[in-house]
Amino acid sequence: MTNDDIEFAQNRLELISFRIGEQEYCVDIMAVREIRGWAAATPLPQSPPYVRGVINLRGAVLPIIDLANRLGFGVTEPNARHVIIVVRIGSRVVGLLVDAVSEILTTTADAIQPTPDVACDAVKRFVKGILAVEGRMISWIVLDQILPDQSLEEAA
Amino acid sequence: MDPMDAIKVTFFQECDEQLGELEAGLMALEEGTGDRETVNAVFRAVHSVKGGAGAFGFEDLVKFSHTFETVLDLMRSDKLAISADVVHVMLRASDVLADLVHAARDGGTVDQDRCNTLMEELEHLALGDNAPAVTAAPAATAPPASPDADPEPDEWGFVPLRVSVDDVPLLDTPTEAAGGEEIWKITFTPRPTLYAKGSDATILLRELALLGDCDVAVDDTLVPSLDAMDVNASYLSWTCFLNSDKDEAAIREIFDFVEGDCDLIVERVSAQAPAPIAAPMPVIEPVAPPPVVAAAPAPAPTPKPSAAPAPTPAAKAAPAAVAAADAESKGGAPAANATIRVDLERVDRLIDLVGELVINQAMLAQRVAETGVARSSNVAMGLDELEQLTRELQDSVMAIRAQPVKSVFQRMPRLVREIATATNKQVRLVMDGEGTEVDKTVIERLSDPITHMLRNAVDHGLETTQERIDAGKPAEGTIRLAALHRSGRIVIEVADDGRGINRERVKAKAIEKGLIPPDLNMTDEEIDNIIFLPGFSTASTISDISGRGVGMDVVKRSIQALGGRISITSNPGKGSTFTLSLPLTLAVLDGMVVSAAQQTLIAPLTTIIETLQPKPGEVRRLGPNRTVIAVRDAFVPLVDVGVALGFRKESAQPDSGVVLLVESEGGGRAALLVDDIQGQRQVVIKSLEANYQRVEGVAAATILGDGRVALILDVDGLIAQRVSETRNETQLAKAG
Repeated sequence: MTNDDIEFAQNRLELISFRIGEQEYCVDIMAVREIRGWAAATPLPQSPPYVRGVINLRGAVLPIIDLANRLGFGVTEPNARHVIIVVRIGSRVVGLLVDAVSEILTTTADAIQPTPDVACDAVKRFVKGILAVEGRMISWIVLDQILPDQSLEEAA
Repeated sequence: MDPMDAIKVTFFQECDEQLGELEAGLMALEEGTGDRETVNAVFRAVHSVKGGAGAFGFEDLVKFSHTFETVLDLMRSDKLAISADVVHVMLRASDVLADLVHAARDGGTVDQDRCNTLMEELEHLALGDNAPAVTAAPAATAPPASPDADPEPDEWGFVPLRVSVDDVPLLDTPTEAAGGEEIWKITFTPRPTLYAKGSDATILLRELALLGDCDVAVDDTLVPSLDAMDVNASYLSWTCFLNSDKDEAAIREIFDFVEGDCDLIVERVSAQAPAPIAAPMPVIEPVAPPPVVAAAPAPAPTPKPSAAPAPTPAAKAAPAAVAAADAESKGGAPAANATIRVDLERVDRLIDLVGELVINQAMLAQRVAETGVARSSNVAMGLDELEQLTRELQDSVMAIRAQPVKSVFQRMPRLVREIATATNKQVRLVMDGEGTEVDKTVIERLSDPITHMLRNAVDHGLETTQERIDAGKPAEGTIRLAALHRSGRIVIEVADDGRGINRERVKAKAIEKGLIPPDLNMTDEEIDNIIFLPGFSTASTISDISGRGVGMDVVKRSIQALGGRISITSNPGKGSTFTLSLPLTLAVLDGMVVSAAQQTLIAPLTTIIETLQPKPGEVRRLGPNRTVIAVRDAFVPLVDVGVALGFRKESAQPDSGVVLLVESEGGGRAALLVDDIQGQRQVVIKSLEANYQRVEGVAAATILGDGRVALILDVDGLIAQRVSETRNETQLAKAG
C-alpha cells in the first residue's frame, strides 16, 4: 500500500444513496443494518405524522420514520415498491421509509461540500453536506435528530 | 475489554456478594443465631475483599479492611467476645466498607470522617479487649490461628523472638556427624490419582519404616462427615518422623512410583528432637520486646516440629486450616448450589430467541389451521406437541432469570439503621422470605418502592421512643419486611407496629387540601388509601427522610406501571401494613386481545375486573362530551379506546361494542369501550422505548401470531388522561 492509498483509506466514506421524490439523499453505510421492502406498520397513538408506526423485525419492535415527511415533504402513501432502510442511531434501530435505494457511493470526506445556507429549518437540521456526483446533487443526511425529541415535543 | 478490567469487574461482582455475606453474617451474630462458622464466613468475606483490593491497589480499601479483619480475627480466635456493641460497630464498619468498595468501583469519594471514626472504633476494639486475653491465651498448646495474631508472652514469661530465616543453615549442609542418625520429617499427602492407579499408602509407609525408627501420625482433619464423603477423594495425609542414617534420596526413592500422585515434603529435623516438642532454634536473633502487644509478624517460638524451615510448617498450616474450615462448612451447612456466572446479555438474547420461537410456533399453527388440516392429523398432533415443548422451554428460560429477592432485601438493614439513627428511633428490621424468586426485571424495580415504604414506616409509621414507652409498647419498634408468592404474583409486605393511620387527621388533611369533598362518607379502608392520592403528606414537619409531598402516590404510580398493586391496612395503635403485589415477570403478560378502530390491541388481564355488553340506555351522557355507563348501581366513566388513542375522531356507538371494566389509578373504576374481544393469550412484552420512546396510553408492544406488532394498553395511563376530569363527576354520581 502506498501512502496515498493509506490516506485514501483513512478519509474514505461509503454512503448509500436513495431517492425521495425527485431528490437524492444519502446516509453513511456504517449506520445501515439492512434494506427491506415495505410492510404495513402498526400506527402509534400520539405520534408526529412522520412516525408511520412500528413493525416487527425478527422479534424487535422498530419505529418507521417517513423520511420524506420528516424533511418537510407531504406524507408518503407507501406501496410495495417503497423501501425501508434499517439504520442504527445510537443504541436504537430505526426504519427509514424512502422511495427507492439507488447505489453505494465511495468518496472521501474532502469531497463533501458544506450545505448551502438556505432558509429551511429541515435542511439546516438534517443535511450535513452536499455531494456532487456526475452532475447530480446528493444530500448527506445526519441521523442523530431524525427521531422525535420527546422533551422538545412536549415543551412545544 | 482490557483483561485487567474484566478481572476488576469480576472482583467488584464478588465484592458485592462478599458484602452481602458480611452483612448477613453480622445480622445473624446480632440476633444471636450465629455460630463459629458465621464468624469464619464474616472473616473470609472481609479477607477476600482485602485480598482483591490489594491486587488492584485500592489503598484505602486495603487499610480499612485490614483493620476490620484484625478485629474479626480476634473474634475468631475467641479473644474478643461477641457483644451487641461490638456487632453494632461492625455493622457500621460494613457500611463503610461497602461505601469504600463502591467508591473504588465508581471513582467517587467516601465520607472520610466517618471512615476514620470507624477505623478508630475498630482499633479501639482490637486493643481494648486484648489485655484480658493474655491470661486466657492457650500458651503452648496450639499455634496461633493466623500468622498475624499477636504473639503473647506465654505463661513462663518468654518474649516473642524474631527468627531470621535468611540465616538458617542450608539444608544440605550436614549439621550432624557423618554416618550419624538424623531425624527426617516426611509429610505425605496422597492425591486421589494415587488410589486410582492402585497404589496403597500403607505399603509405602511400611517401606519407610524399614529405613529406621519411624513414628507415623495420620492427619484426618479433612475427612468430612459420612454423607459428604466422596469415595474417590483423598482426605488423609501422614506425617512421619523417621530416625534413620539414610539420606534424602533414599527416602524419596520409596515414593518414586507415586511421584506426581502425591504431595511429598521431606525435611531434615535436628537430631535432638525426636518428637514434635520445642527445639532450640539454630540461629536466633533476639528482638527488642514490643512495647505493647502490638501485632508483630514474628512467628512465636511456639513448639514447631522443626525450627530450621520455620516458615514452611506455618505456611502449610494456614491453607490446611482454611481447607478444613471449608470442609466443615460444606459438611455442616447445606452445600451451596453449583452456579455459573453468565453474562446477562446472553440470557436476554436467549429469552428473545425463545420469544421469537413462541411467535413463530403460533404463526405456523395458524397457517396449518388455515390449510384446513384435520385436528387429528399427524401434522396437527405434531404441532400440539411443539406448542407444549415451546411453552416448557419458555418457562425454563424464564426461570434462568428468576432471582431471590435477597439481593434487594440485603440492602435494607443498612437503610433502616441509617433512618433509625437520623430519626432517633430504635428499630428492629425482621426480614422474611428472602429466598422468594422473581424475574430479574422485577427485582431491579423493587428496590425503590421498598426503600420508600421502609422510610415511610420508620419515619411516619413508628412513634418516637418516648411515645412508645408511654403507650406501653416496647421501646424498640419492629418493622417486618416479607416476600412471598401468592397466586402467580409476588407479594411484598412492609408491616410496622407503630401508631397506625390516624384516620381523623388523614381525612381532615385531605379535605383541607381539597382532595376529597368535605361531606363524603368514606369507609376506613377508603380513608387509609387517601395516603396514595397525589399531593398528600401528613408529616407535620418536612424531614430529610420522607414527607416532601412526593410520598406514596409516587410509589403507587411506579408499582402500577409494573402491573402491580399496592394497598394498606391499618389498625390504630397497633400498626400498619403495606402490601404490594407484582407479576413474577415483566417479560410475558396475560392479555386480552381486543380490537378498536381496526387496530388489534392487548389489554393486560390483571387490570380487567369484568367485561360486559352494554345495553342501550345504560350509557348516559354527562356534561357536554363525557359519557358514563351504569354497571349495576354505580356509574363508571366510559372511555372509547379508539378515540383515546387517536385512531378515530368520533366515538363508536357504545351498544355495538364491548366494555372492559378496569380498575383505574384513582382507586376507582373505569370502563373501556372496544369494538370486539378476540380472545385471551399470553404475549411476550417488547419494549417500545428500546428503539423509540414512551408513548402515552401504551405500555409496550408485542408481536402477534401473524407477525404484526400489537400495542399493549397502558390502562392506568389511558384513564389518567381523563381521571382528573372525571373523578369528581363519578363521586358526585355515586353520592347522588
